[in-house]
Amino acid sequence: MCNCSCNAEPALSEKDRRLVELLNKYRTVPGALIPVLQEAQEIYGYLPAEVLQKVARELQIPLAKVYGVVTFYSQFHLKPRGRNIIRVCLGTACHVRGGAKIFEALQKKLAVEDGETTADLRFTLESVACIGACGLAPVIMINHDTHGRLTPEKLTEILSKYE
Amino acid sequence: MMQNRTKNETVKTVIARQVEMDPKPKQPVTVTIDGQEVTVPEGTTVLEAAQRVGIPIPTLCHDPELSNPGSCRLCVVEIELNGRKMRNLPPSCVTTVSNGMVVQTLTETVRKTRKKILELLLANHPKDCLRCERTGNCRLQSYAYEYGADFPQSGSALDGERQNYAVDDSNPFILRDMNKCILCGKCVRACGEVQGRFVLDYAHRGFATRVAPEMDRELRDTACVYCGSCVSVCPTGAIIEKNKVGKGRAWDIGKVRTTCPYCGTGCNFDLEIARRSDSKGQTREEVIGVASSIDAPVNGRALCVKGRFGTDFIHHRDRLTTPLIKKDGQFVEASWEEAIAFAASRLGDIHAEYGGDAFGVLASAKATNEENYLLNRFARTILGTNNIDHCARLCHSSTVAGLAASFGSGAMTNPIEDIAKTDFMLVIGSNTTESHPVLALSMLRAIRQGTPCVVIDPRKTELAALAHKHLPLKPGSDLALLNAMAHVIITEGLYKEDFIKTYTEGFETLCEAVTETTPEWAESICGIDADLIRDTARRYARAQRGSIYYTMGVTQKHTGTHNVMAIANLALLTGHIGREGTGVNPLRGQNNVQGACDMGALPNVLPGYQPVTDAGVREKFARTWDVKIDSLSERPGLTVGEMLQGAHEGRLKSMLIMGENPVVSDPDSQHVIEALERLDFLVVMDLFLTDTARHADVIFPACSFAEKEGTFTNTERRVQRVRQGIQPVGDSRPDWQIIGDLAAAMGSPFPYRDPASIMDEIAETTPSYGGISHHRLDKEGPLCWPCPAKDHPGTPRLHMNGFVRGKGKFHAVPYLPPAEQPDDEYPLILSTGRRLFHYHTGTMSRRSGLEEVYPEEHLEIHPDDADDLGLKDHDWVRLSTRRGAIEIAVWMTDRIVAGMVFTSFHFVEAMVNKLTNAATDPIAKIPELKVCACKIEKIDCPEGYVPPAHKRVLW
Ligand code: SF4
Ligand code: SF4
Ligand code: SF4
Ligand code: FES
Ligand code: FES
Repeated sequence: MCNCSCNAEPALSEKDRRLVELLNKYRTVPGALIPVLQEAQEIYGYLPAEVLQKVARELQIPLAKVYGVVTFYSQFHLKPRGRNIIRVCLGTACHVRGGAKIFEALQKKLAVEDGETTADLRFTLESVACIGACGLAPVIMINHDTHGRLTPEKLTEILSKYE
Repeated sequence: MMQNRTKNETVKTVIARQVEMDPKPKQPVTVTIDGQEVTVPEGTTVLEAAQRVGIPIPTLCHDPELSNPGSCRLCVVEIELNGRKMRNLPPSCVTTVSNGMVVQTLTETVRKTRKKILELLLANHPKDCLRCERTGNCRLQSYAYEYGADFPQSGSALDGERQNYAVDDSNPFILRDMNKCILCGKCVRACGEVQGRFVLDYAHRGFATRVAPEMDRELRDTACVYCGSCVSVCPTGAIIEKNKVGKGRAWDIGKVRTTCPYCGTGCNFDLEIARRSDSKGQTREEVIGVASSIDAPVNGRALCVKGRFGTDFIHHRDRLTTPLIKKDGQFVEASWEEAIAFAASRLGDIHAEYGGDAFGVLASAKATNEENYLLNRFARTILGTNNIDHCARLCHSSTVAGLAASFGSGAMTNPIEDIAKTDFMLVIGSNTTESHPVLALSMLRAIRQGTPCVVIDPRKTELAALAHKHLPLKPGSDLALLNAMAHVIITEGLYKEDFIKTYTEGFETLCEAVTETTPEWAESICGIDADLIRDTARRYARAQRGSIYYTMGVTQKHTGTHNVMAIANLALLTGHIGREGTGVNPLRGQNNVQGACDMGALPNVLPGYQPVTDAGVREKFARTWDVKIDSLSERPGLTVGEMLQGAHEGRLKSMLIMGENPVVSDPDSQHVIEALERLDFLVVMDLFLTDTARHADVIFPACSFAEKEGTFTNTERRVQRVRQGIQPVGDSRPDWQIIGDLAAAMGSPFPYRDPASIMDEIAETTPSYGGISHHRLDKEGPLCWPCPAKDHPGTPRLHMNGFVRGKGKFHAVPYLPPAEQPDDEYPLILSTGRRLFHYHTGTMSRRSGLEEVYPEEHLEIHPDDADDLGLKDHDWVRLSTRRGAIEIAVWMTDRIVAGMVFTSFHFVEAMVNKLTNAATDPIAKIPELKVCACKIEKIDCPEGYVPPAHKRVLW
């Protein structure tokens, strides 16, 4: 029940300190929500609930609205992101050539759903529409590398290259 | 609909208000709608103009109480301007009229477009109408019927994907099924613009777009206060009230407009009534819930959680359904004849033996005006005593005394609607968002729109946190602060000389009294920075329309009357009274505490504040009541506290208590219990077997507000109808009938047929109610007293043309410290108050779903004090004062000042009035419930104690 701020707060981490600085900078700037969220995400790597709560409180914007903005833009992430981001194309060409099978295989292999991250933070799995490499369909991207003409069997080896 | 996502609603409302306040008169504009000419002020929308001439246009996202995005497009019409058709079909709810417009509201194109829009909405809508609670009352459904739109054929191109969101069933009041949401956004706007809570907003994107509480949490884990405003605006079955589920279809439900039985704001709503069968197969009419309505004068569709969801007590199994007589210490059921005869004869015996002044009568701030008036007549004529009082003694008796002495009338001077018109609000000792939730909405709205607000309160209440300044003064130091403000206004020449000359007296007395009460002196007492005091005084004095709102933080002190006078002094100095948007505004606590005072449930006055000492007044009442003038005593009677003291000492032999619970509500409970136990004969009329009723000799089961006719008078003196929705529960009877039965059995039957005829007599004897009758209230709606004649429109603002008492009077009111100061043994200050989710002694609110969201009380303590005592959240303590001790869990918060602890008086398990100080104000006899010295010691948790998981504490 207690949601006051009186409970002994742990000493501020380096990240928290940077957030405070950030909020101080933008507190009185109207329309600052999106830049603040971007910079906060840069600090933490994603946007934890407590950070959103703080942003809402300090900028005096309702938390529901902050949440609305965060979930509207795909650039914002509410959960920690993996060290490697896998983007599986489900665009038309890839779809026709079995993109869904690749996606399913990855979901099974990593035991995560679309948009989720593995517990060891190694991979984040995301589905995307066409990534402009239709000639190579079905295609996935891991970080900046494109892997095309895939079959589910090739995945294990590809994944093993990313730590 | 997505385009509203980032729009800031608050900005829109500000603009709307600026338009509204624009002094330029609006030009009339004439348009033709479906061949009818209509002239409306400029700025009117086509939709409103059409409604004005009775032409219906369907709407989904539009709402007259909210800002309008014009996003659903269902309200489209065809418009021709200067002979040219406007391109596309403009939505009528956001298109304003202009001269010469020709509007067609229902052409074939319009019809087709609307049908298409509805089909698109139905394409993703669950095919659930058979089971849906809203069937019959759902806009989507009725428009579909009207326009012949249907769910798409299975497998057709339109047969869209359906959402599969989990239904939020996390709380006792509201069910949210976002699968049925059509994204009209009204709930989002109602939550923000009306309730100021901003719990809901659009989230996610594309097909997944939905209205979500903050962080997609369940409602019980958000800042939601369960006001149900979102429910009241939702056009579909996406948000519904849990209490009504399965209780009947729209066409099975009857509605009766009535007034809320909880706080003094006086919201109106409709009781919703359905025929239901009980376990024995008997059918009866039941109140299944309430519905708010846009035409309610005080509140529109806004209600708070108590009004909207607090009616379960009406049919609660604990209701007393038959009279009870105590025999050998046990209550046994009795017939009405037996119980009335028994009570009448015992009262008669006591009267014969000891005379009238052996009786004490407690009227009720919960009962109707008619019932209080009648009890008054019963006490003064049949029992023959002026010993009648009620719990207003404990809340605003100091207001009644203080304001009467200063202005001539002891009531709120200005109406609630003036909050929108003030340009400076000073709120003193009032936790408004919890004690007067719907009234507070106006304050919150004013604050959002930039009206400066200063809150003076030892606790950082929710309002204090949102206000522009919060002055957390030391408990009990109000008078020092108020006198210092007067000092500043006088020494800096900020007072209104003309006003003072024309309308007031005693200015010099005040000047003299405050020469030394400098802000620096006050700082040393109340702990508020001298400059802050100066600043507050200046802002109030310099405002065009400054207003003051206050409640128990001011009145429940042993200097209560003086505190009130000190507030009145400020208004008199600055002339902030007798005009729109100004005033001295005590917010009355209970639904009818104003009315109970008006009806003379006070020992020194007869109805209408007419003194018992005035022979002319006594004569008038003697004539109306058909008794000899000398049978009406000219000696003012005893107050509640004095009655209980009298009972304790054996002077008072018998009491009659109507719907009050002094064991829990009055200070020093142990003393109250002993007093009641010493009585020869105690009669209690109540809905429940309260902690007071347990000590009775006879209990009469009374009806709830839903089972009787009458009137309540709200805090702004607005007399409003209470209407009967259902037959009395069990064998209960309305209080007015019980009093009448007793009177008849004691040989003096009353002449009234019904509450309406009692009101007719009130109008005869009580000048301020002279023009009020049930008939008129039914026809014209509520009226504010004074309303002296049948053709008088009522008086929303007092003292408009000079003061009721002739001249406003300044009073010298020197500061006195609290009666009990902290010392080595009792080092902390205990203060008491209210919670949003409960009401008074909890007899009603604790018998409803409210109990689930706020199941137990806690003690608020500052983290520094907690540290000193080695306490953390949910630890248990023994809290004791010189009068007693209770055990309670603690909750740390920096919202109170160090050195102070706080809790509410709603819970009999933590009966804080065992501890409070009965030291009283010498004038009004109000006890100092807000301040006493206490200490706390850590104890073990009760065995198996688990802190409630989802208890809702405001902020
Ligand atoms: S019940 Fe009231 S506070 Fe809660 S979400 Fe609905 S409108 Fe907002
Ligand atoms: S829940 Fe109801 S009120 Fe809210 S957006 Fe959906 S349909 Fe409209
Ligand atoms: S604010 Fe007061 S009158 Fe209005 S619904 Fe709540 S308790 Fe009832
Ligand atoms: S559809 Fe997959 S890359 Fe274009
Ligand atoms: S009602 Fe007019 S656009 Fe929705």
